[in-house]
Amino acid sequence: MGLFIAQLLTGLANAGALFMVASGLSLIFGVTRIVNFAHGSFYMLGAFVGYSLLQILPGMVGFWVAMLLAAIVVGVIGVVVELLVLRPIYRAPELFQLVATFGVILVIQDLALMIWGAEDMLGPRAPGLKGVIRIMGEPVPTYDIALIVITPFVALALWYLITKTRVGILVRAATQDREMVSALGVNQTWLFTGVFFLGAALAGLGGAIQLPKGGADLMMDFNILASIFVVVVIGGMGSLPGAYLAAVLISVLNVFGVTYIPQSTLVLMFVVMAVVLMIRPYGLFGREEVAGEHGQVGEVERPFKPAGLNARLMVAAFLFVLALVPFYGSTFSMVLITDVVIFCLFAASLHFILGVGGLVSFGHAAFFGGGAYVAALIVTYSETPMEFALMLAPVGAAMAAVIIGWLCIRLTGVYFAMLTMAFAQLLWSLVYQWGAFTGGDDGLVNIWPSDWLNDTTVYYYLTLIVGVGGILLLRHAAHSPFGYGLRAARDSARQAEAMGIHTKRVQWAAFTFAGAMAGVAGGLFVFSKGSIFPSELEIARSFDALIVVFLGGVKTLSGGVVGGAALETVKDFLTRFEYWRMALGLLIIGVVILAPEGIVGSLRKARESFGRINRPEGEV
Amino acid sequence: MKLVMTTIGLIAGALIGFGAANAASAESIKIGEINHYKRMAAFAEPYKNGIELALEEINGSGGVLGKDLEFIFRDDQGDPGEAIKIAEELMTRDGTVMLAGSILSHVGLALSSLAAEKKYVYLASEPLADALVWESGNAYTFRLRTSTYMQAAMLAGAAAKTGATRWATIAPNYAYGKDAVKAFKEALMAINPNVEFVTEQWPALFKIDAGAEVQAIERAKPDAIFNVTFGGDLAKFVREGNTRGLFEGRAVFSLLSGEPEYLDPLKDEAPEGWVVTGYPWYDFTEGPNKVFVDAYMARWNERPGIGSLVGYMSVQTIAALIEKAGSTDTEALRVAFADLMVSTPVGEIKFRSQDHQATMGAFVGKTALRDGAGVMVDWEYLEGADYLPSDEEVAKRRGGN
Repeated sequence: MGLFIAQLLTGLANAGALFMVASGLSLIFGVTRIVNFAHGSFYMLGAFVGYSLLQILPGMVGFWVAMLLAAIVVGVIGVVVELLVLRPIYRAPELFQLVATFGVILVIQDLALMIWGAEDMLGPRAPGLKGVIRIMGEPVPTYDIALIVITPFVALALWYLITKTRVGILVRAATQDREMVSALGVNQTWLFTGVFFLGAALAGLGGAIQLPKGGADLMMDFNILASIFVVVVIGGMGSLPGAYLAAVLISVLNVFGVTYIPQSTLVLMFVVMAVVLMIRPYGLFGREEVAGEHGQVGEVERPFKPAGLNARLMVAAFLFVLALVPFYGSTFSMVLITDVVIFCLFAASLHFILGVGGLVSFGHAAFFGGGAYVAALIVTYSETPMEFALMLAPVGAAMAAVIIGWLCIRLTGVYFAMLTMAFAQLLWSLVYQWGAFTGGDDGLVNIWPSDWLNDTTVYYYLTLIVGVGGILLLRHAAHSPFGYGLRAARDSARQAEAMGIHTKRVQWAAFTFAGAMAGVAGGLFVFSKGSIFPSELEIARSFDALIVVFLGGVKTLSGGVVGGAALETVKDFLTRFEYWRMALGLLIIGVVILAPEGIVGSLRKARESFGRINRPEGEV
Repeated sequence: MKLVMTTIGLIAGALIGFGAANAASAESIKIGEINHYKRMAAFAEPYKNGIELALEEINGSGGVLGKDLEFIFRDDQGDPGEAIKIAEELMTRDGTVMLAGSILSHVGLALSSLAAEKKYVYLASEPLADALVWESGNAYTFRLRTSTYMQAAMLAGAAAKTGATRWATIAPNYAYGKDAVKAFKEALMAINPNVEFVTEQWPALFKIDAGAEVQAIERAKPDAIFNVTFGGDLAKFVREGNTRGLFEGRAVFSLLSGEPEYLDPLKDEAPEGWVVTGYPWYDFTEGPNKVFVDAYMARWNERPGIGSLVGYMSVQTIAALIEKAGSTDTEALRVAFADLMVSTPVGEIKFRSQDHQATMGAFVGKTALRDGAGVMVDWEYLEGADYLPSDEEVAKRRGGN
């Protein structure tokens, strides 16, 4: 019994920092509709800033002052990010801002490395709270007790701010209907800035307050990201009591998981999230999303059109140049282009459900990595020829997509995105944990093509034909009746249904098709690299694809391909330099600000404004 | 339209450019070094410094085969796919004669698979995975550093002497952790069949819930603990364990924790009395170890880590290899690698012909606090050759490779 209570207390203490960071994310999303990927970076900065402050502020008072100051400093950094990076792009298409926040992650990573160095820092203990007290004979650290007491106060203060003050009323009003709030004369921009300050400060406080239980290191940002998304989604986006309850639920379950099923800790959180979302699709305290369907910000978008003759000729000329690379290029140029084409196909497949289908998936790597693993497992465990394994890659990926799609498709918007991420993580942890079968994180090696394909040039042609063929097939599908049905479902589900389109079924089919195409890319990938590791199923890989689709332009048909090619090429160049992450981050932010419709969208617009096709305002 | 045409022209130009920028200078022998300089900066920086120190020394005294030795350093972001791409570029475009590098095991395995397929010689300097030379071993891959198995076996030897029978293990839930626990259990049970493993804890890598882990271990009431966690996980585990009194009256054996890269961040909270493998650079009084440490500190003005030593030894290995082969031809290098002897700061090491594992050993000692920092005391250097399985066992694990 003593142990049980002690474990419960450990869970409650762990929930503290998690709640603070997650509530900040939830607030920012609730009001600004920005999915802030950089929230983990604010948390990391809180830890580093708090660590530095603790070196100069001694004693018990100094400790708590340092905690507060760290929160304020990070809040100010959040404001700087908001002013410089996000304010210029509020009118960009929905979710586009997450690309900018991804750039911010990269910049902060390199800045933190420059300022604080590479070595992990162990946080100092809290003065006056170094010992333990015995509860029924079990030791419980006094700092844990302090956290258990403080967290509800932070939660209450937030609750008071949101429900009882004028600022809170405005924030809530903005969460409900931003347009209306600004129509009533509230300065929405400063409201956003204020919310960003509060959200970032909460993340900073979370980072600082966990110092006595851990420390500061350069991997904190990505390590906490998945957990805070899970907490926010389980609690319901924008709900503070939900975030608190979810943080406690996850932390306590984790403590018991560690004791009774120690191998399970990787998956537990995502299983809980998947179960909650399947029973309560909008989280414990969340409400159905109303924004996003008709009241979208930004200008009215133009329907996709098949490429004109000029464009077709250009693409043909470009492909011709690519086909001749083996005659004038080096071996490495073929290796690089192989990589780029595979990545472009992966990005194009995501673009199909995201741009054409309007379904934002945060877990598309499940199908890329899934396809790759299917091929690799078949080669490893049976005498199957490589050609056949390559063909089975999309089949395996499609099967995964059928199941995941069936479970996710009834949700929409960010909840759909989160559920796809949960299932991708489930798949990842399955591969990661089932070492006997999948090789765990040591992966599967020696997965090379058959002899006749093994030459770099021959494989280059294979990739070019299959990859470009896949991309063209995806484009073609967007202009088929199936594609029109999908676009109708995206633009207005009600009207589409009224016309007799079974929207959910069409979306499910599209999800499966996109999964299969990602599987093709995965199959090509595994045979070009000769090995496969769980990192190809990670969230980071899903984000890679997501970033390039937005960067290229969601609302243009070639966005995924162009974005993928641009980013891969730039990355290959930049990683040769010392501080390449900062350079890449700044470049991404620059592109986002200068080209808020993505590369293709903005190029098209620039061309039009140069006077070739002047359309009257408001034409669709 | 014009804009798009210009863009295509530029891209085409760039593609053609790939072919042209190919002129490698003939004056030096180039080695491709691929690592996670950013993602694992705390480990990669001392490693790189060790390499540069050795290069300066070797080139200062005439280089190898009359030429300068040159390393091309490339960052792979810790991504195996990226590492493969870079390896191809280094070998086909930059004119490197062989590959070296990687800290992370999975990147090492990916490079090793490529090496076998494309016939490049690869010196896996730092990755620890046993599979690299055994289950997934191949003709072109050679490993320098003391492997997981060897280090775990060294600790198991010391652990058997404590007489503790109830053991708990805690290791990160990934291949390195699992290999280490398996090797430790095997080696310990072989010496003392009466031991019992009462709990096995598997925290997620870098996401340890230290309070819960400590409670779970305490609940099993072990006599002794075998720890494989490292980095931030180790720091959290040590702090929670100290606070909650987990280590009182218990022997703790801990892999790698004596390495400066892991011990230094713990500062004055470094555990005392743990038996660890590591690198006691501060305690050398004479011999080649001392010479290396002095030269390193004079050159870089900071303490060496285990990575510094491994980086330095990698260059020594490659220099000795090229001298022995008498050329930079891949086949000559591969053949010369078998039974290659290298004089290093820790003594003479040999790259075994049966599995391509070097016989580099490890320092095993007890942790203690000195001037507010963790150090190793009562340490001894154990020869790697004494802690490898029998040749039959190796042949079995290496299988058809």
